[in-house]
Amino acid sequence: MTVFEGSVLADARAIIERYPKGRERSAVMPLLYLGQSVDGMVSRDVLREIGTLLAITTAEVEAVASFYSMYRLRPTGTHVVSVCTNLACKLRGAEAVYEAAHRSAGMNRGQEVSRDGLLTLHEEECLGVCDFAPAVQIDFANHDAVTPERMHELIASLRAGEMPEPARGRAFASFRGACRVLAGLGEEPSP
Amino acid sequence: MTDALEPRLTRNWGDPSAVGVDGYVAAGGYEALHEAVGMAPADVIETVKASGLRGRGGAGFPTGMKWGFVPTDTGKPTYVVVNFDESEPGTCNNRELVEREPHRLLEGTAIAALAIGCQAAFIYVRGEYLWQSMVLERAIEEAYEKGFLGADVCRSGARIDIVLHRGAGAYICGEETALLNSLEGLRGQPRLRPPFPAVEGLYASPTVINNVETLMNVPDIIARGADWFRSVGTEKSPGTKMVTISGKVERPGNYEVALGTPFRAVLEDLAGGVLRGRPLKAWTPGGSSTPMLTADHVDVGLDYESLAAAGSMLGTAAIMVMDETDCVVDCAARMVEFYAHESCGKCTPCREGSWWATRVLERIEGGHGREEDLPLMGEMGNNILFKAFCALADGTASVINSSLLHFADEFDEHVRLGRCPLKVVHAEVLA
Repeated sequence: MTVFEGSVLADARAIIERYPKGRERSAVMPLLYLGQSVDGMVSRDVLREIGTLLAITTAEVEAVASFYSMYRLRPTGTHVVSVCTNLACKLRGAEAVYEAAHRSAGMNRGQEVSRDGLLTLHEEECLGVCDFAPAVQIDFANHDAVTPERMHELIASLRAGEMPEPARGRAFASFRGACRVLAGLGEEPSP
Repeated sequence: MTDALEPRLTRNWGDPSAVGVDGYVAAGGYEALHEAVGMAPADVIETVKASGLRGRGGAGFPTGMKWGFVPTDTGKPTYVVVNFDESEPGTCNNRELVEREPHRLLEGTAIAALAIGCQAAFIYVRGEYLWQSMVLERAIEEAYEKGFLGADVCRSGARIDIVLHRGAGAYICGEETALLNSLEGLRGQPRLRPPFPAVEGLYASPTVINNVETLMNVPDIIARGADWFRSVGTEKSPGTKMVTISGKVERPGNYEVALGTPFRAVLEDLAGGVLRGRPLKAWTPGGSSTPMLTADHVDVGLDYESLAAAGSMLGTAAIMVMDETDCVVDCAARMVEFYAHESCGKCTPCREGSWWATRVLERIEGGHGREEDLPLMGEMGNNILFKAFCALADGTASVINSSLLHFADEFDEHVRLGRCPLKVVHAEVLA
């Protein structure tokens, strides 16, 4: 094992323990988040090692990983900026916000990661923040009623190495940091 | 009518301490659980049945009846699964309910668990609700510390554990059997029914799956009784409903109303009317999956029966408002694109139909519509509706059929002019 070793392996075992005996396969989703928090994406190693941990095939793990949009099977930026363009947000100007994100990030449509490796942009379906549309998430922390100008500021903050204060909850250090919380492990203890 | 309503689910929203266990208990929280541990499970189920509570996630199935279907003598464990996968476009009331008062959900879940003899409950929360899942994580911890969960619930000897499981971005996992597959570590594709989850659900064991808002109604029903619950709402749709109103309104947000409240009261009294006083054009009563209605339907009551009679559905009571500057073709294209993205791929009418419908709608909006596109859209709608395994496909058909039904002229105009008649205006909408 190269991803799930040491403390990460201990975390993986704790995740598997959450589910009833004989139902270990239920742990595949949180384990994918854990792998993603280590590797910054779901790599081939992550897929294979989860298969080994759960005694299922790599293909079975990949079938799950490829089904859900929050698992990244390709290289991903340090931060993931998600912009909802579904109807409630579209009606409040989300398309201009998504466009502004590309301009600020200096990225073309379809480009996965910014040249400096800092950003991945993601067009989202409904994020469930229709009351504060247009909704944006940075590493899954919410930013409400974002305008194109605000999007420029948000991306400028990320460029300056600062995490902008979210509308509710708290910001995570990075996409990887958020994935650790998604695995149900809480935030990385500060060094 | 709306201002007379005594808030139920939202009555502690003004109190920031209600998010913690002490604040919740100070406001009378967990009294219903104390009561429920002293009741026979059958009596808990009877009370919920008598209340007439119906599932708030969209289908409106009677909750007490659902619990009553669960056999407890199979020798298998029973499970309660909370559907917090809130993903229907336009819907965000579960999010705010949990942000403000997570213990009400835990209490309702624990009562459901007692009713069906369940020792392990699961909360399936959509991955994007990361902050809300942290709020729940903290609340679960507190509930264990106070003995509302764990090995000896309210010193009754009953055991109830709650496990939080995060989804990872898939609308289909709000469909209950797809949710179960996802929770079992599979792709989130729906299962054939029967067997229904009540008989063979999670891990092939008897399972109750309830929506967040549904379960949050349960503590009051136990503490205050079925008659109290029925004192608002309509005969067939008793109680209150959380409504999300978004899009072109002055005050988008989540509001609690009595079932049966006319749409007009929500739009005008609560949401402050259409943005900048513009004329209303179209609205979805229950998320993008429910057929859209028009300005002719403003006096329709928001309840299961009235909306069905108007040709739509209550769904999740997620109202998205479009005004006269919004192009219905453009909006329909975006809504159908969603179903194309979220189709799990299992059934051809859904997988192919939503993809092709998106292409045709975008073609019409882009000014390249053909005369035969309108009958083609109608045909597609009818070839999708009720032709797939689960209701996701019907959402696609709802958008197509209702936009054609109410706005055929607008489609015609696009094709005739070879452009979107509202495009210029549209770009200036929020300028």
